Amino acid sequence: MVPLKRLFTSTLGRKYLMGATGFALVLFIVLHLLGNLTLYSHNGDAINAYAAKLDMLGVGKIILEIGLVITILIHIVTAIQVTFTSKNARPIPYESLKSKGGPTKSTLGSRNMIITGLVLMVFLIVHIVQFRFGPEIEDGYTATVNGVMVHDLYRVVAETFMQLKWVVFYVGCMCFLGVHFRHGFWSMFQSLGMINPRWSKPIYALGFILAVLLSVGFLFIPIYIYATQGGAA
Amino acid sequence: MKKMRVRLKIWRQESPQVKGHFEEYSLNDILTDMSFLEMLDVLNETLTKEGKRPVEFESDCREGICGTCSLMVSGQAHGPVLGATTCQLYMRTFDDNELISIEPWRAKAFPVIRDLVTDRRALDRIIAAGGYVSVKAGPHADANAMLVPKDLSDRAMDAAACIGCGACVAACPNASASLFTSAKITQLALLPQGQPERKRRAINMVAQMDKELFGSCSNLGECEAACPKRISIQNIAIMKQEYMKAALAADFRAGMGSADGGA
Ligand code: HEM
Ligand code: FES
Repeated sequence: MVPLKRLFTSTLGRKYLMGATGFALVLFIVLHLLGNLTLYSHNGDAINAYAAKLDMLGVGKIILEIGLVITILIHIVTAIQVTFTSKNARPIPYESLKSKGGPTKSTLGSRNMIITGLVLMVFLIVHIVQFRFGPEIEDGYTATVNGVMVHDLYRVVAETFMQLKWVVFYVGCMCFLGVHFRHGFWSMFQSLGMINPRWSKPIYALGFILAVLLSVGFLFIPIYIYATQGGAA
Repeated sequence: MKKMRVRLKIWRQESPQVKGHFEEYSLNDILTDMSFLEMLDVLNETLTKEGKRPVEFESDCREGICGTCSLMVSGQAHGPVLGATTCQLYMRTFDDNELISIEPWRAKAFPVIRDLVTDRRALDRIIAAGGYVSVKAGPHADANAMLVPKDLSDRAMDAAACIGCGACVAACPNASASLFTSAKITQLALLPQGQPERKRRAINMVAQMDKELFGSCSNLGECEAACPKRISIQNIAIMKQEYMKAALAADFRAGMGSADGGA
């Protein structure tokens, strides 16, 4: 196992880890948005039914959740190591360092993946505490879907997004997600060596399209709920 | 001939141990058709006549083929022109009376020796770790005895255009040497002559790159923009493949990281 350990502590190996965990997170986040589109329906039945189906996975769901947490932890720990390696590689900074343009992909966003990433980390903690460990059936959050009593997840979400401060927080964080994703999507292909000259440009462009679709898809959920029900609370 | 005024802000540093600082100079009567390095020659003549120590900088061929010149000109490696070395930069590129800052390449792996001269032997050590092919020297081989597909030889030659100046490291916000190392790995990995040592080369050159304390690649592509030979970051993707294949090859694991390698 020593050689494999060496592999994953080399600068290239760390990028394999970043790329692979990035891939898993991208896959997750696309599925997550597709699931959350149920929140755009007028009442809570769609999301509650969807959540109830996920709950039926039982242990399988817990395993998936633990896998996701481990993936995120590997992503974050590796990201911090990668960032420190690079900071140490130039102890004396330039007085001025300017991009040369041309083929560069160096932007404010791509140079600061660690900043957008750490914001996302804080977001994830808040988000999980709020919704995954929010009010449960025992707290009276129940609804009936097709005659069966289920957890009223919709109420948990709606009550949050009736408060302007949470709408602002979520919208802001989703902008950071978009910026992180914009460089991340292309970067993960390059990190894993999964790119060739013909696909490089299309993949970079697709990263932009997906980043916009994802962040806009997510950030309109709180806006939509606030706009339709904000006054009701 | 047209003349211009130049204001310069140059990094001066006596030795690797002492702290450096910027000093400002101004020159009148610089010909717009002078090269950037000729302009620095004029500055140094002036300083010498005044009894001051001239500014140390490196150059050799002055025609973009040796990779010796290495200046950070106003925050850009080799100055603002794409696909050119510092010695191929001309004063007509700049405005009259423009303030031009000149810094050395900055990286932990490239310590400053004096003023604008840095020690770039870290790159040589990466090559020494595997950037070669071992051949049994014998009678001259027949031409065309070894066939190479044209597209592969083109890609190998594009990678081989690297002159090892270090602009990729200098321009990289992470001070990573990925473009240099990947070009040196790719040029041999694509050709038949490079096959016997292919895996060992990838492992050992990457290990040496890390040992020199270069930064980690974040796929920013600034190296490609700075490269005077326009070497593509596609080579970095190929290096990622080469390294992964080599590291996963079971027959190779035992020998991982041994720089001498046997054969
Ligand atoms: C939903 C969450 C996230 C998604 C979908 C995501 C996605 C990605 C992807 C696809 C990459 C490209 C991987 C590569 O360059 O090989 C990446 C890079 C990166 N991520 Fe994330 N990420 C997420 C959360 C985070 C968090 C919480 C951090 C916290 C520190 C973080 C820090 C980074 C950093 C620093 C990089 C760039 C590494 C480098 O310099 O190359 N990410 N991310
Ligand atoms: S001096 Fe030889 S490349 Fe510039």
